[in-house]
Amino acid sequence: MSAPLIVFFVLATLAVIGALSLILQKHPIHSALSLIVVMVALAGLYLLMGAESVAAVQIIVYGGAIMVLFVFVIMLLNATEEEHTDFSKLAKFGGLPLALALTGLLAAAMIHSGGAVPNTTSPDALANTSNLSTMLFSTFVYPFELTSFLILVAIMGALVLAQREKT
Amino acid sequence: MNAANSFLTEYGFWVLTIIKIGLLLFIVLTVNAYLTWFERKVVALMQSRVGPHRVGPHGLLQPAADGLKFLFKEDVMPAGVDKFVYLLAPFLALTLSLASLSVIPFGPKPLPFSFFGHQIDLWITNPDIGLLVLFAITALGVYGVALAGWASNSKYPLLGGLRSSAQMVSYELAMTMSVVGVLLMANSFSLTDIIRQQDSSKYGILSWNIFGIHYFPQIVGFLCFFIAAIAETNRVPFDLPEAESELVAGFHTEYSSFKFAMFFIAEYTSMITVSALCAILFFGGWNSPVPATPFWNFTHYLPSLILIPFGLWVIYDGIKYETIFGRIILPGLGTAIAAIGVALIVFPAANEYIQGPFWLLSKIFFFLFFYVWARGTLPRFRYDQLMNIGWKLLLPVSIANVIITAGFVLFRSTR
Repeated sequence: MSAPLIVFFVLATLAVIGALSLILQKHPIHSALSLIVVMVALAGLYLLMGAESVAAVQIIVYGGAIMVLFVFVIMLLNATEEEHTDFSKLAKFGGLPLALALTGLLAAAMIHSGGAVPNTTSPDALANTSNLSTMLFSTFVYPFELTSFLILVAIMGALVLAQREKT
Repeated sequence: MNAANSFLTEYGFWVLTIIKIGLLLFIVLTVNAYLTWFERKVVALMQSRVGPHRVGPHGLLQPAADGLKFLFKEDVMPAGVDKFVYLLAPFLALTLSLASLSVIPFGPKPLPFSFFGHQIDLWITNPDIGLLVLFAITALGVYGVALAGWASNSKYPLLGGLRSSAQMVSYELAMTMSVVGVLLMANSFSLTDIIRQQDSSKYGILSWNIFGIHYFPQIVGFLCFFIAAIAETNRVPFDLPEAESELVAGFHTEYSSFKFAMFFIAEYTSMITVSALCAILFFGGWNSPVPATPFWNFTHYLPSLILIPFGLWVIYDGIKYETIFGRIILPGLGTAIAAIGVALIVFPAANEYIQGPFWLLSKIFFFLFFYVWARGTLPRFRYDQLMNIGWKLLLPVSIANVIITAGFVLFRSTR
């Protein structure tokens, strides 16, 4: 087995364990920590693919900013272990078959494609930051601008909501 | 022997990296210990006190005594803590702050000899995205403090943890924005590229990013960066997470023994990282402040000029020291320092080689002194002032800096 493959399996196992623990943990802080493990493992996978800057941004934005906000809110609300209502107990029975169905669907799709998922772009397009930004501002400029517009709308919405509470 | 030789030729890179990491850890931890001594001495001087002077000559063994004390103290685990997170937090804080040192380049040239055919650079790793890696590590660094506050199951640490996560999230934005100007000018995320772009052989000090003769002075960017970085490292005047008059000791109140020491070491290591970053991003890194013309050649003897008189002074001071121990140790130390200074004059090649590291380390030392200086001078901010400075002052100013610098870079590149 080659070294990149070993690293891939270590990171992939870490991500799956993190994801499972995210669902199974009783305490919200532990769940949030598991999610951070998933994010960092994903960043490692990006690094393995040669997408250095995407990996760093993954950690800065998801591992850092967003998850800090999660942890911050959980700490601020002083949330304790989750309680199960009747409805959430129902989800336990409905959820398992649904999850299995989704896994089956994904597996079937992968088997159908013959295990050879084609690369959408050449690998070195993501390798350095200038290639990445050239791609963002030329090929993908409309999706990029639309996304930033969407985020702007969300920010303004948050501001409006916060202001209303004040008065 | 032959087997070992071929093993080292093939895997020498890994062995070399592990050796370098061990060496850097040893140096940084020692420097950390003496940084506490330095800080206590300087603050004592500012307040007309003597500072530590009982353990060893001039209190020089105080760090060792402190370290032993931390090791031998009882390790208390408060009741009702979340055990896993409680133990994880100091590890996270220490690991992340030490990891950030791995991308700092300490000198321009590799060592003149090689390790079984592998070049020995003065850095552990030099990725193309060095600065992004540093920011990623800083972004994760919040968890050490926040989780410590939460896991302690106590009111004051929780408040400290909350304060710190709010503070670090707010100032991270301003810190990241303030270096964008430098990135635009260097056109790279690599720390070595950023230093090379400030090459001072022609214009000297003016080509450092803070004066930015090539594009636009980054003095505003530097001020924003330094203020935000002090806030990120939770130091005075931004040490609200551990404001001892309000929160006992903030997030590490419930930590005792070596777990407390780990937070302490993490804090001092991040101080070193921030000082190194200031020097690299804005003050030319290993570039000397003078142009490389024959007129300025005498500055190459500056290391010797500092080391020899300092060594002689230590010898003089040691001979009349009050304890026998000091009368042996201090002159010995002084002789060693002076001998290094003399050796640098005798071996010009070595002197030439240490120019880069010398300038970088002097700049780092200056910023470390600045940290201590600020601690001895400034009162703590109020919480609302802290938030106002971060969001209403630093962030808009650094964004304006980015826009203006971008304009200059565009103007320069189209002309």
